[in-house]
Amino acid sequence: MSAPNNSHDPVEAHALNPDEVARMRAEAMEAVAAANSLDQLKEVRIAHAGDRSPLALANREIGGLPPAAKADAGKRVGGARREISEAFKTRQAELEEERDARVLVEEAVDVTLSFDPIPRGARHPLTTVAERMTDIFVGMGFEVAEGPEVEAEWYNFDALNFLPDHPARSMQDTFFVEGPGGAHSGLVLRTHTSPVQVRALLDRDAPVYVVAPGKTFRTDELDATHSPVFHQLEGLVVDEGITLAHLRGAIQVFVERMFGEGLRTRMRPSYFPFTEPSAEVDMECFVCRGASVGDPDAPCRTCSSEGWIEIGGCGVMNPRVLTAAGVDTERYSGWAFGLGIERTLMFAHGVKDMHDMVEGDVRFTAAFGMEI
Amino acid sequence: MRVPLSWLREYVELPAEVTARQLAAKLISAGLEVETVDELGTDITGPIVVGRVATIEELTEFKKPIRFCTVDVGQANGTGAPQEIVCGARNFAEGDLVVVSLPGAVLPGGFAIGARTTYGRMSAGMICSASELQLWDDPSGIIVLPAGIAEPGSDAYALLGVRDDVLDIAVTPDRGYALSMRGVAREAAALYDVAFTDPAGLAAPAVEKDGYPATVADSAICGRYVLRGATGFDPALPSPPWMRRRLHMAGIRSVSLAVDVTNYVMVETGQPLHAWDRATVQGPIRVRLAEPGEKLETLDHVVRTLDPDDILIADDSGPINIAGVMGGLSTEISGTSTDILIEAAHFADTHIARASRRHQLSSESSRRFERGVDSAVQVAAATRAVTLLAELGGAVVEDAITHVHGTTPRAPITIAAGHAGRVAGVDYPVETEIARLRLVGCEVEADGDTLTVTPPTWRPDLTDPNDLAEEVIRYEGYENIPAIRPRAVAGRGLTRSQRLRRAVGRTLADTGFSEVLNYPFVGERDLDALQLPADDSRRVALRLANPLNDDEPLLRTTLLPGLFKTVARNVGRGFADVALFESGLVYRPRPGAPEVAPILAVDRGPTPQERAGLDAAIPDQPRRVGAVLAGQRERAGWWGPGRAATWADAVHAAREVAAVAGVRLDARAAQHAPWHPGRCAALYAGATLVGHAGELHPRVTKAYGLPERTVAMEVELDLVEGLARSGQAPEVATYPVASQDVALVVDAGVPAGEVEAALREGAGALLESIALFDVYTGEQVGQGNKSLAYALRLRASDRTLTAEEATAARDSAVALAAERTGAVLRG
Repeated sequence: MSAPNNSHDPVEAHALNPDEVARMRAEAMEAVAAANSLDQLKEVRIAHAGDRSPLALANREIGGLPPAAKADAGKRVGGARREISEAFKTRQAELEEERDARVLVEEAVDVTLSFDPIPRGARHPLTTVAERMTDIFVGMGFEVAEGPEVEAEWYNFDALNFLPDHPARSMQDTFFVEGPGGAHSGLVLRTHTSPVQVRALLDRDAPVYVVAPGKTFRTDELDATHSPVFHQLEGLVVDEGITLAHLRGAIQVFVERMFGEGLRTRMRPSYFPFTEPSAEVDMECFVCRGASVGDPDAPCRTCSSEGWIEIGGCGVMNPRVLTAAGVDTERYSGWAFGLGIERTLMFAHGVKDMHDMVEGDVRFTAAFGMEI
Repeated sequence: MRVPLSWLREYVELPAEVTARQLAAKLISAGLEVETVDELGTDITGPIVVGRVATIEELTEFKKPIRFCTVDVGQANGTGAPQEIVCGARNFAEGDLVVVSLPGAVLPGGFAIGARTTYGRMSAGMICSASELQLWDDPSGIIVLPAGIAEPGSDAYALLGVRDDVLDIAVTPDRGYALSMRGVAREAAALYDVAFTDPAGLAAPAVEKDGYPATVADSAICGRYVLRGATGFDPALPSPPWMRRRLHMAGIRSVSLAVDVTNYVMVETGQPLHAWDRATVQGPIRVRLAEPGEKLETLDHVVRTLDPDDILIADDSGPINIAGVMGGLSTEISGTSTDILIEAAHFADTHIARASRRHQLSSESSRRFERGVDSAVQVAAATRAVTLLAELGGAVVEDAITHVHGTTPRAPITIAAGHAGRVAGVDYPVETEIARLRLVGCEVEADGDTLTVTPPTWRPDLTDPNDLAEEVIRYEGYENIPAIRPRAVAGRGLTRSQRLRRAVGRTLADTGFSEVLNYPFVGERDLDALQLPADDSRRVALRLANPLNDDEPLLRTTLLPGLFKTVARNVGRGFADVALFESGLVYRPRPGAPEVAPILAVDRGPTPQERAGLDAAIPDQPRRVGAVLAGQRERAGWWGPGRAATWADAVHAAREVAAVAGVRLDARAAQHAPWHPGRCAALYAGATLVGHAGELHPRVTKAYGLPERTVAMEVELDLVEGLARSGQAPEVATYPVASQDVALVVDAGVPAGEVEAALREGAGALLESIALFDVYTGEQVGQGNKSLAYALRLRASDRTLTAEEATAARDSAVALAAERTGAVLRG
């Protein structure tokens, strides 16, 4: 235990004498009052209240005083520092207020100036609408299957019950790929996404619930409603006890999620080699909900006042297709559909002309942004 | 198939109040796709009547001969006096019955008929041609009606069928029977549950012998062959107006009575017929396959080389018809034919389909044969035709008939009772199922839980149990099928690859690129424009046999040509600053692949070997991402000057794409078309080359009309995906960072990437990041040198680095850079 320090030198503690403390305090208070900007005040704070300020240095001396003097000096120095600190706070508030009132106003800019050094890009609406359609089915538990665009005829036709000489095969306006030296290659640009049905069934064990969005090709010249390259969304279910009613249910869910709750759907008999029975599917017009039918005063451009919009073809999977894909038709049945993605974009978002979807004009794409 | 409602009503007792639109809706609901309902003659109004030409005065003072006629129109004009009409046609004589539009009538196009002065005479009405009334096409003059067809003054609307409704049905390939009035009438009768009269329900002749001699080589090419003759036909007689009108409404051109009769019966029964001038047929008819090298000049005056797969009709002279497709010129019915031989046959549908495609001849006949005609209707159809030739053409029907048939009865289809309901998801009573199948014309025998169903001869499309199910379901109504919502299945969601692809698109769009979807068609010209060397693998492209555009027969091996064209299009439309990207497949023939993709069996699934063999024939189709930038990458504005897109923007875009997959790309200088040889980076993920980026070669920008210094990148996304890394949580150290800047002088030819790599390695584990913040060339560093200034950030995870540690790391970095690249610390 050390002895009390009785031999301090009062001269060395000069900074602690009352007059000196009062002087330092007064100097500080004066400087605070004289500060005219927040920047000046910040400098004053460093000079008079910082770690190296006279009062801070004086404070360090207190430890060297005899015990009796400590309390006294501590009170003096501490009081002065508190007062200065208060004065800083007050002056800080005053100056901030002044800044708010004057300086920020002076600093005002014209925020209406347009600023767009790198205009944002956009995703093609066919991409985003296909993703949205896909995601509705993914939400129902479907997976996304894929296949090549240059496809073997067997996948594109034969396995789908397009017999070699059946008129349905020539209905498809197929692009044929040449083999070496111009020979027959057995390859085509796929005319529909349906070959993915066969691939999905060969790749997976039943039950199978998949959709397959993708590019398809037919030898149509580009015009307002046709394009040689277009997109479809294929849907396929193979499970036990699957019926037309399940197909209708899935399409009903899709239509409601995509276009609005409560919209009705209808099926009309049709023909596709790979489904039997087959149907065309229409949905109630989501714009007029049929109100425009027979009302020439309120025509509907979306459905041409027919009340219904055709959205695609579908049907119960032809057991011959299941057989070609190695599925046990005694145990499993299924359904399939194909929806046109261009068509969906056209009626859902008012696209008038196929050219717009094909030409890549940045103005067209920009209108749709990142999601649709 | 165009179906005039008045014609249809001859065979089906539709309630009178049923409109064409109502019928169309019913037919659509049953699977006959009625595309349009044409209401003919609704733009024709007012008095149009039959008239008898009383007098003709020839007016000769005009440029062309003109007739001033008086026409008896009975009381139709209110006075009973002859109507005075000026007429420019000359194909009629006094006493002929004609069609007269009286004043007050309005003809198509809003053409109002009135009394007016023309050619110096008052003309009160018009003597009409078939074209003026849009009845049928006939440029030869006005309509001259057969004598005695009607009294003058009687209404011409009903007589000529001026007003009628025509349903235009797009017949699907399975419903060949609907390519006939008979087939559509049968559907309508079933849908309205009313009586049906079969136009082919004629009594067969009692004796079938002594007809024109004919043989069929093989019943597999022709299951039934019928010939019937009519003699003493008057070739001068025209087709009656009602027949011309009906054929016109059905979309068939009127030729002559004999030909019109064959077409009329074809539309009526669905059975294609052929008529020969019997005098031109030499010897017995033989139905056989063509022999190699045989030729035939068909009715369209084309000499065709026949294929051994073509079914032929031949006589002693050789081929006279391509069966079911088109007749030969030498035996064509002419204006002098008096003895007619009618052929009605059932040819094999697949042969006809192939012949039609081979000869590029799609006729009314071939369309029907391809889709399947009734295998039992031939005798009735031939009989109907010769009967019409007798009724309308004064011919005498020969009793003799040729009938060669080798058809075997169809095998019945066995289905489990309730099959239709199990397909539909509806519980149909078995009696309903049976009744509906019988309605279609099937014979149905029920035996316990099994139905034995024999489809009718006119429904060759009904071959499978599900075909029968469809018939039941469509008559029960598709609209009555419930919607059963799917149970959620435990799907796996999108694959990582699918998610990455979406993220790549979003990233590029976020950074200013607009997505485009270009056609994949390119031409040799593109490969040249890209400046690809002769041995460049991108020149090895798949070729289409039937391209839409002969200049673009190839499938793309790179995304760039399409992007370049789209950039040029946008620039041409006034957008000089463009940033585009595409994500899509390129197509690469696979070396050593089988030359022909095999056609596998369809009566079972393929074996793994079969499938592997097939898939080996399919070309590689990797997914790529390409992007092109032209003009300003950052726009000029009030904030300051803009910044033109440079090679570095292209490299950056590629790096952004790879970064989505967590893959870092290293750039190496490369010379690779279509890029500028001094401004092209080959991009590597580790040791894998995944793409290129940089400024385009000036020849390329010129060839595509792109702005100078356009930049581009292309990355094979499939490769990047294959290297994709899942992020792992880093240690986030909270100790202070120590920054060290170094400026190194190196030879100007040393790639900065190498210097950086050396610094990175040399600095060791303490290096948190390194950034190049300045590149300087100039006197201060000496000619042929450059100075690279890097900011190194150093940090330890477990302590505050001392100044000595930071300096040591920096020195070690510089030392390695010096060793590897000759770098000297700049003083």
